[in-house]
Amino acid sequence: MTNTTVDQRPVPLPPGTEAPEFRLPSTPDQTVSLAEFRGQPVILAFYPEDWSPVCSDQLALYQELLPEFQKFNAELLGISVDGIWSHLAFAKDRNLHFPLLADFEPKGEVARTYQVYRATDGTSERALYVINADGIVRWSYVSPVGVNPGADGILRALESLEENGS
Amino acid sequence: MSTTQWDTVLAVPVDEDRDHIQGPADAPVTLVEYGDYECPYCGAAYPIVKELQGRMGERLRFVFRNFPITTSHPHAELAAEAAEAAAAQSGFWEMHDLLYENQRRLTDQDLHAYAEQLGLDLDLFDRELAEHVHAPRVREDFMSGVRSGVNGTPSFYVNGARHDDSYDLETLLAALERAAAV
Repeated sequence: MTNTTVDQRPVPLPPGTEAPEFRLPSTPDQTVSLAEFRGQPVILAFYPEDWSPVCSDQLALYQELLPEFQKFNAELLGISVDGIWSHLAFAKDRNLHFPLLADFEPKGEVARTYQVYRATDGTSERALYVINADGIVRWSYVSPVGVNPGADGILRALESLEENGS
Repeated sequence: MSTTQWDTVLAVPVDEDRDHIQGPADAPVTLVEYGDYECPYCGAAYPIVKELQGRMGERLRFVFRNFPITTSHPHAELAAEAAEAAAAQSGFWEMHDLLYENQRRLTDQDLHAYAEQLGLDLDLFDRELAEHVHAPRVREDFMSGVRSGVNGTPSFYVNGARHDDSYDLETLLAALERAAAV
């Protein structure tokens, strides 16, 4: 666990913000852009690093919940500053079957755009975004970096998208 | 020692008819565990819960719910289903204990052997596992955990509120005694 005596979590982009567009590698020869998912909700899970214990638990939990996310037609994208080869090895080792995007070069640029870069550590925060079908941020949350935020917040946000018809 | 900033309470209240329960319904403290039979941390918590039960006796009601993280623990789901299949034959706690006492031996053959050891109807047990009869129940537990803010295992709830501190014996006992004193 990291030092949690001082809470210096940044404020993420608030609901109502247009989600900044990005294009990042998902495999050595493929990239993924946010715009590709227009028309469906997107969950962005920024996490500090591949292989760290909390990240592994968190992403394993999300893997278990892919069927729940699919009920909302939502796409889950993991993002960290690790390179694509680390992502591939990590995903294979941990049985993760959703895209892990490499925010690697320029390092952390997408995390910075989403206001969740940790300059002191050179990684991103542990942060969650739920973006609606129109590309608007509907929910954002930054967890203490050593704490697995679980999935209830994501599911609540997806439910409220459905209730609001957006 | 994992916290979220919202909803740290049990989303689905303890149900005497549905849940697996040890201890009296009117005990002053209810401890709910969301656990995974293959998770080593749950294995470490298992004797601690036993000790708590020994110390608190009838003042404690203990409830176990399934939270198998199959992505990390490939045998956890079927082990959970095996405990539910045992429950269908009134042998839940005996199977629960056997599974935690043999965490590294949870293959299909092992589960069958435990059922045999407990004197269960083996044809019925094997059929229920093969057909995943109890998978919906396991998933129901899992989702109730997700909605309660469970983010890893074991996760404990003391009288419905998530226990965000360590689950070593002294800390957990103190939390239970505090809840009992309210």
